[in-house]
Amino acid sequence: MNVPVLSLLIWLPIIAGVAVLAVRNVDGGRPSRWLANAAAWAAFFIAVYVLCRFQSTSAAMQFSERVMWIPYFGIEYSLGIDGLSVLFIGMNALITLLVIAAQKAGSKGSYLSALLITSGLTYGAFSARDAVLFYIFFEAMLIPMYLVIGVFGGAQRKYATTKFFLYTLFGSLFMLLALFYLYGVSQTFSLQAWHHLPLSLYMQLILFGAFFMAFAVKTPMWPLHAWAPDAYAEAPTGAAIMLASTKIGAYGFLRLLLPIVPDAAQVLAPWMIGLSLLAVIYFGFVALAQTDLKRLIAYSSIAHMGLVTLGFFLFDAVALKGAVLLMVSNGLVVAALFFCADSLEKRLGSYRLTDCGGIVKAMPWLATLLVFFAMANIGLPGTSGFVGEFLVILGAVGYQLGVGLLAATVVVVGAAYTLWMVRRVVFGPVTHSSVSAITDLGMRERLLLSVLAAVMLGFGLWPQPLLGMADASITQLLAHMALSKL
Amino acid sequence: MPGLEPTLTHYLLLAAALLVISLVGIIANRRNVLVLLMAVELVLLSANLNFVAFSAYYNDLSGQVMAMFVLATVAVESAVGLALLILLFRRRGNIAIQTLDVMKG
Amino acid sequence: MTMMLALIPLLPLFAALFAGFFGRRVPRHWSHWVCCAAVGISFILSAVVLYKVVVLGFTEINVTLYTWLDLGSTKLTIGFLVDPLSALMMVVVTLVSFLVHVYTIGYMKDDPGYARFFSYIAFFTFSMLMLVMSDNFLQMFFGWEGVGLASYLLIGFWHTRPSATKAGMKAFLMNRVGDFGFIVGIGLLFATLGTLNFGEIFARVDELQGLNVSLWPGLEWSLLTVACIGLFVGAMGKSAQVPLHTWLPDSMEGPTPISALIHAATMVTAGIFMVARMSPVFEGSDTALSLMIIVGATTAISMAVLGLVQNDIKRVVAYSTLSQLGYMTVALGASAYSAAIFHLMTHAFFKALLFLAAGSVIIALHHEQDLRKMGGLRKLMPITYVTSLIGAWALVGLPPFSGFFSKEPIIEAARFATVTGHTYAYWALTLGVFLTACYTFRMIFLAFHGAPRYGASSHGSHKASHKEHHEAPKESPKVVTIPLIVLAVCSVFAGILFITPMLFGDYFGTSIYGNYVAHDAMARLYANWQGVLHYLLHAFQTLPFWLALAGIATAWYFTLSAPTAADRLVKTLGAAYGVLKHHFYIDAFYERVIVRGTHSAASWFVRGGERFWSEGVLVQGTTRLVQWGAQSLRYLQTGYLYHYAFAMVLGLLVLMTWWGIKK
Repeated sequence: MNVPVLSLLIWLPIIAGVAVLAVRNVDGGRPSRWLANAAAWAAFFIAVYVLCRFQSTSAAMQFSERVMWIPYFGIEYSLGIDGLSVLFIGMNALITLLVIAAQKAGSKGSYLSALLITSGLTYGAFSARDAVLFYIFFEAMLIPMYLVIGVFGGAQRKYATTKFFLYTLFGSLFMLLALFYLYGVSQTFSLQAWHHLPLSLYMQLILFGAFFMAFAVKTPMWPLHAWAPDAYAEAPTGAAIMLASTKIGAYGFLRLLLPIVPDAAQVLAPWMIGLSLLAVIYFGFVALAQTDLKRLIAYSSIAHMGLVTLGFFLFDAVALKGAVLLMVSNGLVVAALFFCADSLEKRLGSYRLTDCGGIVKAMPWLATLLVFFAMANIGLPGTSGFVGEFLVILGAVGYQLGVGLLAATVVVVGAAYTLWMVRRVVFGPVTHSSVSAITDLGMRERLLLSVLAAVMLGFGLWPQPLLGMADASITQLLAHMALSKL
Repeated sequence: MPGLEPTLTHYLLLAAALLVISLVGIIANRRNVLVLLMAVELVLLSANLNFVAFSAYYNDLSGQVMAMFVLATVAVESAVGLALLILLFRRRGNIAIQTLDVMKG
Repeated sequence: MTMMLALIPLLPLFAALFAGFFGRRVPRHWSHWVCCAAVGISFILSAVVLYKVVVLGFTEINVTLYTWLDLGSTKLTIGFLVDPLSALMMVVVTLVSFLVHVYTIGYMKDDPGYARFFSYIAFFTFSMLMLVMSDNFLQMFFGWEGVGLASYLLIGFWHTRPSATKAGMKAFLMNRVGDFGFIVGIGLLFATLGTLNFGEIFARVDELQGLNVSLWPGLEWSLLTVACIGLFVGAMGKSAQVPLHTWLPDSMEGPTPISALIHAATMVTAGIFMVARMSPVFEGSDTALSLMIIVGATTAISMAVLGLVQNDIKRVVAYSTLSQLGYMTVALGASAYSAAIFHLMTHAFFKALLFLAAGSVIIALHHEQDLRKMGGLRKLMPITYVTSLIGAWALVGLPPFSGFFSKEPIIEAARFATVTGHTYAYWALTLGVFLTACYTFRMIFLAFHGAPRYGASSHGSHKASHKEHHEAPKESPKVVTIPLIVLAVCSVFAGILFITPMLFGDYFGTSIYGNYVAHDAMARLYANWQGVLHYLLHAFQTLPFWLALAGIATAWYFTLSAPTAADRLVKTLGAAYGVLKHHFYIDAFYERVIVRGTHSAASWFVRGGERFWSEGVLVQGTTRLVQWGAQSLRYLQTGYLYHYAFAMVLGLLVLMTWWGIKK
C-alpha cells in the first residue's frame, strides 16, 4: 500500500476546509459550497474504499502509516485502523456527507469550513496510533466546534460554547498528564506498546481516573454531562450532529482506557455500571420532562450512551458487541432526529414542542420519517436501535439480574419519552397557526432522511456485515481486557 | 592600634547593617518616594562596600573597578529615579507611597 | 418449501409497501386489490402448509433463512419453524386477516386514509406471521414489536382525535411494560443456555432445573420461575391480562376492522401463543403456572363484570375479549396448552365475527356506537343479526357452537389442575359463563330487539340526525356481509370438527409439551372423553350450560322484559355500580399515580438533578469556587511596592535558610 489513504482521508477535508474559508466571499459563496460538497464526497468515497478494502478477518492494524515526527520524544505520525475504528470512520464519512449536503444555498462558508475541518480531525482521532497524535486530533476538534457554536449557535450560544470548551478541555488535561506518565514509564507514545505495558493496580487506578475524566466528559456520562444538552441544543444543526454522532468519547474508552488499564477497569466496573444505569434511567426521566425538541433528542442520546458504557463495563462479549453497535446506531438516529428537528424549525421557527403538533396533515413525509426514526430510537426490532440495545440488555441480564432489570427499563422509559414527543409533534390537533400553512419536506431533505432511514433499516434487518467488520477487533480487545497487567 | 584594626568581618558587618537599614527603608517607608530612592541607593552602596572590602582583602583591583561601575550605575539610576519622581509629583501633587497602588488586584 | 414459507409473510409486506408508498398516487381500488390478493395468497399458501403438516406428515419444518448476527458463541438466525402449532396459527391469522381486508373495503369506503389503512393492516399481517412462524426469540420479538407498532398506528389512525392518539400511545407503552418482562425473560434464558433458538432451548431446558439466579448477591430465586414470570409479563402486556389490560378497551378508538383483527382475533392472542410455544419451559415452574392461572381467572371474571355496564357496543365486545383471554390464560396455567390454542382459534372466529357485526351496525347507524341509541335492527339487518346471534351463542358457549367445545374443556381443566389457585380459577370461570351470557345477550337484545331508539334521541350531532331522517338503517353491502357469513360458518363448525384431533388426538404432536405426570389436567380430561356426541349430550347436565341459560334469561329480563328493573338495580347498588363504571378505578390509578408520578419524578429530576445539581452545583458551583478563589487571592495584590519588596526579602530569607539547612 503506497498511497497514504488515511492521511488523504484526514487532510483532504482539512485542507479543503481551509480553502473553503479562503474563498468564502468569492462570488456570493457559491464556489465555497461547491468545494465543500466536493470535499465531502471525495472523503466519503475514500472512506468507502477503506471500508471495502478492510480485511475484517484480522484484528491487526491496517492501512498503516508510520513516519517519525519528533524523534527526541519518539513521537510518531502513526496511523492505522482496526475493526473498531473502521466502523466509526464509515459513520463519520456518511454523517459529514449528509451534513454538508444538507446545507442550502446561503449557508456561510466559514461554517462549512469548520464542519469539514472537524470531520478531518475526527478521522484523525479515529486512526491515530500514537498517543500524542491522538491527543492533538482529539483536542483540535474543540477549536472549530467552539467557534461554530459561538458564532452560529442559538440564543444562549456564548454560555453553551464556553461551557462546552471548558468542560472538554478540563477533562482532557487529565488525559495529557496520564500520557506524560505513561511516556515516562515506557519511553514511547505508541498506544500499541502501552496496551502491553505492565502497571501496578495503584497506578492503574490513577490513570483510570485521568482517562475517565477525558472520555466521560466527551461521551458524556453522568455527572460530567452538563455541557452536552446546552451544546447540542445551541449548536447549529450540522455542528450538533457532528458533536453528538461521532462518538469519539466512547471510542476513547475502547482504544485507550480499557486496554491500557484493564485491571483498574475490572476493579471499578461496579461503579461504572452504577453510573451507566443511573444515566440510562435518570436521563430517560429528564428527557420525559423536556419541552424543547432538541434538548429532548440530546437527553435521549445521552441516555443511550449510558447503555453503551454499561456494555463496556460488563466485560461480556455480547454486551460489548452490543455497545459498539449501539454507538453506531445512536449516531445515525441522533443525526436523523436532529435533521427532522431542523426541518421543523426552519418552517415553524421554534424547537418548542408546544409550537408543533398536528404536522402529519401538512407534512406527511416528515411525519412518516419522524415516526420511523422515533421507532429506531425506541429500539424497535428491524431498526438499528434494536440491535445494540437488545444485546446490551442480554449481557446485563447475564451479568446480574438486578442490573439487567434496571437496564431493561430503557425499554419502557425510552418508549415513553419518544412516543410523548411523537404525539406532541406529529399527531394531535394543530396547536400553532403556522402549522397549517407549512410545506412538506423538499426533495433534498426527503432524500437525505430517506438515506438515513434506509441505512438504519438495513442495519436493523441484517447487522451481521457491520459486526463482522468489528468482530475480530472486539474479540481481541476482550481477550486483552481479560489479561492482567499487574 | 593593633587589635583594633578593622578586619574584613567588620566591613562586611557594616555592609550588612547598611543593607538592613536600607531594606527597612524600603519596606517600612510608606510616605516618601524620595526616601525610597535613597534607600535603594543605600542597597547599592552596601554592595559597593563589599566589593571594596573584598578587593582590599584579596589584593585584587577588579573589585574596586566594579565599585566604580556600580557608582556610575547608581548615579544614572538616581538620575532616572529623580526624573520619575518629578514627573510623579507633577501628575499627582504628592509623592506619598500609599497612593501608588495602581497594581492593586 | 423455503420459498413458499418466505412468501407467506413477505407477500403482505410487499402489499403494505405498495399501498404505503404508491397508494396515494394510484386509484383507490388498487390498494385494496393488491392487499387482499397478497393476503389471500398467503392464506392459500398457509392452508397448503397446514395440509402438508397435518396430512402429509411434515410434522416439523425448520428453515433458516440467514444469519442475523454471529456472536461467536452463537448465531442468531432468522428462520421459520413450522409445526402443527404455528401452521394452525398461520391459517387462522391469514384467514381472519383476509376477511378483515375484504370487510375493510366496505367499512373504510369513504375514509381519506384508505390506502394508508390497507398498508397498515397488511404490515400487521406480515408482523403477525413473522411472530407465529419464528423459530427463535429474536424473530418472535421482531414480530411481537411489529404487531405492536401496527396496533399503535392503527389505534391512532384517526390522528386528529386526541383520544385516539392517546389510546395508541397507551397501548404501546403498556405493551412496552410487558416487553420489559419479556426481554428480561429472554435474557435469562440466553444468559444460561447461550441461545435464542427454540429447538435448542427446549432440548436443554432440563439444565435449567434447580438453577438459581440472584437479583443481587444474596437474594436467590429459581431461574426458571423468574424467566417464566418474565416471559409471562410479556404475554400479560400483549394479551392484556390484569393489571396490564387497560389499553385494550381504549384501543377501541381505532377503526372497527382493526378491533376485530388486532384487538380480538390475532395480536392479543400472541401472548397465549407465545406461552404455548414455550410450554416446555413453563412446565418447569409451578410458581409461574400458578401465577398464570390466578391472573387469568381474575381477568376472566373481573372483565366480564365490567362488560355488563358498558354502553358502547365495541367496548362490550372488548371487555368480552379480555375475559376470554383470561380463560385462555387459565388454560395455560392448568397446563392445558392445547385447550388454550383451541379456544384461541374458535375465539378468533366468533370474536372477529362479533366485532365485524358490531362494525356493520355502526356503519348502518352512521357511526353511532351507543347501545342505548340502537334497538330493533333485527328486521332491517337480517344477515348482521343472524351472524351476530351465532357469534353470541358461540361466545356464550352453547352447544353445539364452537365456543362450547373450546370453553368447556378449559373450565374442566381448571378443575383438574394441580397448581395453587386452580379452585379459584374453576369457580371464577364457571361464574364467568353466567356473566358472559348476561353481557353478550344484553348487547344483542339492546342492539337488535325492542323498539328502535336511534332516530329521536341523537340531538347531540346535528349532522347525524339530519342524515338519519332521510335514510333508515339498512343491511350492509356484500363486502361486509360475506366475511360475516364466512366467520359465522367457522364459528359454528370449528368446534365440533376440530375438538377431537386438537384436544384429544395427536394433532399438536411434539409442538406442545406438557408434563402430564405432574400437571395431569389434560390427561384427566382425556380419561373422561367419550367422543363428540357424548360430550354434547353431557353438556345438558353441566353447571356452565344452565348458568349460560340463566345469563341469557337475566339479560332478557333486564333489557326487554323489564327495562326499568335495570335502573332500579343500578340505584340499589349505588357505590358498587360506580366502581364498575370506573373500571375498578384501575385507569384512574394509572392516570393519577403512575403517569402523574412519572411526570412529577421527571420534573423533579429536571429541577433537582439537572438545574440544581448539574447546572447549579457542578457548573455554577465551579464557577463560584473559581471566583471565590480569585477574589481571595486578589487581596494579596495590594499594589504597594513595599509589600512586594517585603515578600521578596522574606522569600529570599526562606530560600537561604532552606539552602543552609540542606547543606
